Amino acid sequence: MALAGPVLETTADSMTPRSVGTVETKEFVFAEHPHELKLDCGKSLGPITLAYETYGQLNEARTNAVLVEHAFSGDAHAAGIHKEDGRAGWWDFMIGPKKAIDTDKYFVICANVIGGCKGSTGPSSINPKTGKPYALDFPLVTIPDMVRAQKQLIDHLGISKLLTVIGGSMGGMKALQWGALYPEMVRSIIPIATTLKHFPQQIAFDEVGRQAVMADPAWNGGHYYGQAKPEKGLAVARMIGHITYMSDQAMEEKFSRRMKDEKMGFKFSADFEVEGYLKSRGENFVKRFDANSYLYLTKAMDYFDVSGEKLLPKGKDLDFKFLVIAFKSDWLYPSYQSQEIIRQCRLRHVEATYCEINSRWGHDAFLVDNPEQEHLVKHFLGRLKR
Amino acid sequence: MARETPRLDHQVIAQIIEPGSHVLDLGCGDGELLSRLVEEKNARVQGIEVDEAAIHKCVEKGLSVFHGDIDSGLPYWPDKTFDYVVLNQSLQQVKHVELVIQEALRVGRKVIVGFPNFANWDARLSLCLFGRTPITPSLPHAWYSTPNIRFLTLRDFTRYCADRRLRILRLYGLGARAVIRFLPNVFAVNVVAVITRQES
Repeated sequence: MALAGPVLETTADSMTPRSVGTVETKEFVFAEHPHELKLDCGKSLGPITLAYETYGQLNEARTNAVLVEHAFSGDAHAAGIHKEDGRAGWWDFMIGPKKAIDTDKYFVICANVIGGCKGSTGPSSINPKTGKPYALDFPLVTIPDMVRAQKQLIDHLGISKLLTVIGGSMGGMKALQWGALYPEMVRSIIPIATTLKHFPQQIAFDEVGRQAVMADPAWNGGHYYGQAKPEKGLAVARMIGHITYMSDQAMEEKFSRRMKDEKMGFKFSADFEVEGYLKSRGENFVKRFDANSYLYLTKAMDYFDVSGEKLLPKGKDLDFKFLVIAFKSDWLYPSYQSQEIIRQCRLRHVEATYCEINSRWGHDAFLVDNPEQEHLVKHFLGRLKR
Repeated sequence: MARETPRLDHQVIAQIIEPGSHVLDLGCGDGELLSRLVEEKNARVQGIEVDEAAIHKCVEKGLSVFHGDIDSGLPYWPDKTFDYVVLNQSLQQVKHVELVIQEALRVGRKVIVGFPNFANWDARLSLCLFGRTPITPSLPHAWYSTPNIRFLTLRDFTRYCADRRLRILRLYGLGARAVIRFLPNVFAVNVVAVITRQES
């Protein structure tokens, strides 16, 4: 049942959703010797750079901060137009003046994860000890490690309580992890299209992706910096990923059995449009993503587990609310996994709202402009006590 | 848009519920009753609703709602979580009536049940005199489009409670505008009852 729209009230200028405009990515450096960040794997990491962006103004009481968590291949550039390359942010339709996350009201922060390759410290960063990229010497980081690193940024920004932590997919995992690690620092959590832990099917897809990367001779045990990159392997991994992000209905609508040349070529080149689409997605991805980061981040998701009592630790003050959103056609993170979050809330008497949006876009739905998601987030945020 | 007249069933339910109560509404619709309970009774409320558009309305009102079907029960809510569980105008639409009532009584200390009275004189006339499936103010749908799958009367319900050893704490027959005291099974269009498990 579609709504009329995201309450696009009037056409008056002051009410029309707008862009946050031109934005820049900033850097926060911390964990310098001897204050390295202790990681779950037992090793330490430092110094650490976090690439982040902010939109809107922090109010005087510092109570209007919204932390946006990006998904697996996302970055800190969530909204606006990037100063350097003119790219629009990955959640530009959600964040901006009068949008669902209204930058006239909220101070919005988005930071790239450690282990990634979008400005934060990861396997492609220079190891200060060797002067060369870390490659596989980079320690395995977990979702809790990513959140611990982010906490230092939030502390640095002088924020003691976040109005909300919101994100989809891996972003949702980080949002949940915030609740598990720092419940006293969040007023609400909005996990979208996500899960309390990776299930075997999700681990299985990730493992196929990793095997595709590592099977590429160019991967070379992770040492490919400054030479040919494992583009073939990474592209295949991304193609598999894209299949899992779409519903069969979305694929049927988008491609059906249409062919590029309207006839079969009787060769193993891409006949069908869906083949061409996956190929181009794979090729684009290798230009902007590091193969080792692919391995590290998928592993972090596979290790993720805040199931059972881990999400809402006993004996802690749990004065927060949840808005949990799932999508009906999402088979990668099916809605029953979102409902598990609600069950934990019920057991611990934590207030929670759950909505399964009737979208046909599969797992990707949270990245696609959709009035239902915008409507829920806007009104949920608007009703929170600041 | 003209303001709708306040619903009598909501008024009666709001009167029953003590201030500050913890309330769960099963089939809460757009959250009209829950909002009223928050405003008038400072109640701590939650709802369950199957319709997505209604969930959006609830979120607009700042209510906590779960998008789901009450027919599958209320798993994971510990016993006696709520002071009241409300089953207003939803019981006649559920498949597993016994399960839903049992679950409501498990998670709530008291359960408020509201339903259209099929033995209302209007319905009786329609069926007995004209041989037509009743269409009345509380049963406004034609046979082919009604969401109701159960048709019960005030007396059916009191009999059911006796059979299941459920205590009826209060029982109201509602007319169009006021509570009916005279022959409620004939004159009431709606019924509101407060039930609880009998202490053994």
